[in-house]
Amino acid sequence: MTGAEPTSPPLLAAGALVRSHLSGSTLIPAVRGISLQIDRGEFVAVTGPSGAGKSTLLHLLGGLLRPDEGELWLDGRRVDRLREAAWARLRRRHYGIVFQSGNLLSDFSVADNIELTAVLAGMPGRTARERRRELLNDLGLAHKATAGPGELSGGERQRVALARALVNRPQLLLADEPTGNLDSRSTRDVLALLARYHRQGTTIVLVTHDARAASTADRVISLFDGRIADDARVEEPPAAWQSATGVRGVIDFGG
Amino acid sequence: MRQQLLARQPAYGYELKQGLEQTFGAAYPQPNIGQIYVTLSRLEKSGLIRGTEVTQEGRPDKKVYEITEKGTEELANWFEAPTEGPRVRDEFFMKLILAEGTDLTDQLTLINNQRRHCINMMRGLNRLAATERGNRTSLLLIEGAVLHLQADLDWLERCQEELT
Ligand SMILES: Nc1ncnc2c1ncn2[C@@H]1O[C@H](COP(=O)(O)OP(=O)(O)OP(=O)(O)O)[C@@H](O)[C@H]1O
Ligand SMILES: [Mg+2]
Repeated sequence: MTGAEPTSPPLLAAGALVRSHLSGSTLIPAVRGISLQIDRGEFVAVTGPSGAGKSTLLHLLGGLLRPDEGELWLDGRRVDRLREAAWARLRRRHYGIVFQSGNLLSDFSVADNIELTAVLAGMPGRTARERRRELLNDLGLAHKATAGPGELSGGERQRVALARALVNRPQLLLADEPTGNLDSRSTRDVLALLARYHRQGTTIVLVTHDARAASTADRVISLFDGRIADDARVEEPPAAWQSATGVRGVIDFGG
Repeated sequence: MRQQLLARQPAYGYELKQGLEQTFGAAYPQPNIGQIYVTLSRLEKSGLIRGTEVTQEGRPDKKVYEITEKGTEELANWFEAPTEGPRVRDEFFMKLILAEGTDLTDQLTLINNQRRHCINMMRGLNRLAATERGNRTSLLLIEGAVLHLQADLDWLERCQEELT
């Protein structure tokens, strides 16, 4: 008898996804056959040049776009053919999504934007408020709670969108360039927050151009022209190497 | 560098100079013919290339060079190892351009390996930054290194767009 354990299905599995966008009367291929698996608890960064298909892929993974061809499986269940209402339910229950454009409701305050998302998913108001306070604190935005989205900078709006995506402690976070407009300090706050949720079990797919953000992930997928050009684990250089060289491997200093 | 060109086909010293000029154009500083011959004889002494005399009518003999097995092996190692250090772009660019026409590697593999290397280095810098928290001088230096790496990665993306 072998004690082979029943292996649980990957959280997300894509098989040969294809998706084009209609622009005028021409079809622009954006994703041209992408297969991948993301296991529970993984932190995956997706990088690649502008137009490589990163946002399109993320939208496919979140059911916000339907593939022209291919399959998508969530937790062992085929979902690419689900209707919008079923997808909306799935997303509310399992997903947190941050769009590249930082999606906020313009008529509500920052605090309400975040709490509403939680309450709509069935969280008691008081818990929602506590979580909102905590998230805004972590992201350095406590003083903006009563502001409207129109009074925020691009980078502040992105951070609020991230807080909104995390308030329900989703199983799966899909985040499109959440550090895109941020200075180095706010980037650090966002990355620290992502790392903390990751440690607590959230599976993260992070689209980013920022190598510092990508290098906090466990795995980096490089997209190019709608396809995967590389898919690699991130490995830390050995600590001994680090303390011996400092930054010398990168810049000409003390050499 | 001459050795890489030789991986494509046996050549005379002068042909190598022409090959380099054609490949890199004016933006890359070109070696003179003297430097080429010095390098060739150094490589020959270390057994990485082999020269054969060819007799010419009414002119001094000339030598045609080809890469040896040992040279090919060394070259394959050079292609395989990620490029490190402050002059990374110079050396990596050499690999990238000269890889074409050899069957030792291909450009996408080179770019992917180098990208992985940069991201791993970045990971190391993140960790270094965490241990140096509170030392502003050290953090500034690390930030400089981070920006360098980001520039390298952006440039790799450009290479990929243009070449693959
Ligand atoms: N709604 C749309 N209508 C038409 N074409 C689109 C649409 N969305 C994306 N595209 C095209 O599809 C391709 C992939 O776009 P996508 O937004 O996925 O790229 P990206 O990798 O996210 O780029 P960026 O880094 O600039 O955000 C591009 O050629 C883009 O112009
Ligand atoms: Mg995008």
